[in-house]
Amino acid sequence: MSESTTPPLAELVRQVRKTREYKRLTDAIPYTRFMGIGVENLAGEMLCRMAFNPRNIGNSLIPALHGGTLGALLESAAVFELLLQTNTERVPKVISLTVDFLRSGKPQDTFAKALVTRQGRRVANVRVDAWQDDRTRPIASAHALFLLSEP
Amino acid sequence: MSDDFTLPEDKAERMERCAIFYTDVVPHNHALGLRLVDIRAAEATVELPYAENLVGNPETGVIAGGAVTTLIDATCGTAVFLKLDRFAPLVTLDLRIDYLRPARPGIVLTCVADCYRLTRQVAFVRAFVHQGDPGHPVASAQGTFMRTEE
Repeated sequence: MSESTTPPLAELVRQVRKTREYKRLTDAIPYTRFMGIGVENLAGEMLCRMAFNPRNIGNSLIPALHGGTLGALLESAAVFELLLQTNTERVPKVISLTVDFLRSGKPQDTFAKALVTRQGRRVANVRVDAWQDDRTRPIASAHALFLLSEP
Repeated sequence: MSDDFTLPEDKAERMERCAIFYTDVVPHNHALGLRLVDIRAAEATVELPYAENLVGNPETGVIAGGAVTTLIDATCGTAVFLKLDRFAPLVTLDLRIDYLRPARPGIVLTCVADCYRLTRQVAFVRAFVHQGDPGHPVASAQGTFMRTEE
């Protein structure tokens, strides 16, 4: 399924951890490319950004982003945090995801930052916040559990 | 109460009214290709067709969790409208999704959501996602929604 020029995902992850060319990784995943979700270093901190796209609207009247797109951003931020900031060898598998929707998402770019609260040998617990203009007023937050390896 | 927001009694007409949330008024539902395939009293069934651009892991071809989250959120919302018998402004308060087994690539994902409790302000919904056998769901979910009118 991957193109001949694209290395296997694990190898790509190892390269991007060193080079910080995050776009190589997010472009290799069809869904993050489709959603406009990218990884950036801003002021020395690794963040996720979901670029605004009219296609991501859930309520045209307000207008507001679809709740599902915020869930997607939060889950992606958690996965990229585990892939790029820890030394997991394989793509973490989500076990469960709980999203609190706090404010409606305006039609503009949305940011997310994940924090690995515990990383065990098999399971990682991750918390994620998403915001737009004001980081102290998150629009959604999540906590997620990931399986890191098979027994 | 009979107005543009009240759902008709006839099932086919009800389906048609609810389906516009997938074909028309919700851009992201349309972008994912979601389609309403069945309704009951307080239950909606929505399909997410497999598509290459929704793949979350290019090595397995499995659909991204984010697309499944959107499928569940949308289906739960429709279940609440059916329980209410009308369209009303609604926001998702929270949504918990458990991934019970790996989804298989290339196969449609079907979400069945049931609004099992409705209070004046809050609706409680549970949902399952399967790939052909409802007895072997790939995900289960629990959501709460708030009515924002009044």
